[in-house]
Amino acid sequence: MASSTPCVALHDVSVVYQGDDGREVHALEGVSLSIAQGEFVAIAGPSGCGKTTILKLVSGLMPATRGRVLIDGAPVRGPQKNVGMAFQNPTLLPWRNALENVLLPLEVVEPHRRAFRQKKREYEGRALELLKLVGLDGFANKPPYQLSGGMQQRVSLCRALIHEPEILLLDEPFAALDAFTREELWGVLQSLWQARRCTVILVTHDLREAVFLATTVYVMSKRPGRLTHVTHIELPRPRAPEHMFEPRFNDYVHDIYTRIGEVRI
Amino acid sequence: MKPASPLRRILPPVVAIILFFLIWEVGCLVLGVDEFILPRPSVAIAAYFQWQEAIWPNALQTLFTTLVGLGLAILAGTVIGALIGYSALIYDALYPLLVAFNSIPKAALVPVFVIWFGVGTLPAVLIAFLISFFPIAVNVATGIATVEPELRDVLRSLGASKLDLFLKVGFPRTLPYFFASLKVAVTLAFVGSVVAELGASNRGIGNMMVIASSRFDVPLVFAGLMVVALMGIALYAAFAFLERRVVSWAYR
Repeated sequence: MASSTPCVALHDVSVVYQGDDGREVHALEGVSLSIAQGEFVAIAGPSGCGKTTILKLVSGLMPATRGRVLIDGAPVRGPQKNVGMAFQNPTLLPWRNALENVLLPLEVVEPHRRAFRQKKREYEGRALELLKLVGLDGFANKPPYQLSGGMQQRVSLCRALIHEPEILLLDEPFAALDAFTREELWGVLQSLWQARRCTVILVTHDLREAVFLATTVYVMSKRPGRLTHVTHIELPRPRAPEHMFEPRFNDYVHDIYTRIGEVRI
Repeated sequence: MKPASPLRRILPPVVAIILFFLIWEVGCLVLGVDEFILPRPSVAIAAYFQWQEAIWPNALQTLFTTLVGLGLAILAGTVIGALIGYSALIYDALYPLLVAFNSIPKAALVPVFVIWFGVGTLPAVLIAFLISFFPIAVNVATGIATVEPELRDVLRSLGASKLDLFLKVGFPRTLPYFFASLKVAVTLAFVGSVVAELGASNRGIGNMMVIASSRFDVPLVFAGLMVVALMGIALYAAFAFLERRVVSWAYR
């Protein structure tokens, strides 16, 4: 496959679905975007603008009403196994400890599912390594309720990455955390991304988060969601918390803030 | 919940039970209540020891009836509960029927079952089943219907089948609800089998109580009631113990 084939591509995609009250909801309209392999994309916009819908399209959990969704040049038909997902709510299973929670995808997804019993030791080693990478060394045997919200979210990130997906889909994963924990986890996510080099799509309404983490930030308008603006963030890596006080960083945030202000009216 | 010391756990209910019997005993003595109306607990316990050889086979019969009815209710309740929990269509279709069946007084069905199956163990088993089925089905359905959609998405995107979802998430998630319903269902099942035995069996505690009351042996009737209550407590405790072992993660 040519290296120029984008990892994720949306061509003029619209999504219309039936809402709970029976009325048609126009979630997305004419959205086109192209994400290169290994790119870190953030999609920012007002709440209810259809950001999550983009993630559902890419994961294959929701079909596009019009237009085409491609992964590695192939149209998406049905659930995609090479994606990992994490949400605002960590959704850990309370009856499993941290390690067992991280291992869950390997028990389900092929080809790991078949090999799970034989390779359990190897997989456990892999999970422990991931937990170490996110700073949870020594917490593998803790049940979720003994972990703080930030720690649960770290476990959730590990669960999203354990089957080494090509694409990581993040739906406001840090929105429910306090400011300090959130910024700490930005650093964690950045190092995970730099270590794994997977493609990331991060949906967020936190502009500083978008600028801090992403290589490309898309701004989305209110429903029906359209991509109205693209900004390439040309800040050096690894980005550190101090950089958030630099004028360049704040110029990016300010610029995107203004764009969002325009689409909200 | 913190694990309390054994003394703290056992003492309060024991004191409460002793007080209850004490008030009953003293109240009957002070007010001079006739034994034929309300026997004192000491008299009922004496009746138990006098008749225990006759009581135990009947008690075991009732216990057997209850457990078989409850077992059937667990099977049917789990299956129906899983179905209505998973499918909104099946839920919509079956719920009115389930509520309608549950609204029927089970005691009113006893004569019907006697016509169908004759006097014996079967009507009692069926009544115990019917009365304890509903809470199990409703609770299992709740556990399955409230699986977080995000979690379902994670597993679905990985290619999980419905069975995977049930085994990895739905079933374990339902267990706390299941045990909660079991504790309700087991006491209801006793009510069901004893009520049925009153009129539709020639064995069991219910039948024994009918015979005793026809001989105006009210102390023996009360001895029978106490035995039923004791068996209820024993089974409830057994399920509570199992619950603690199996779903300790839900109690922290």
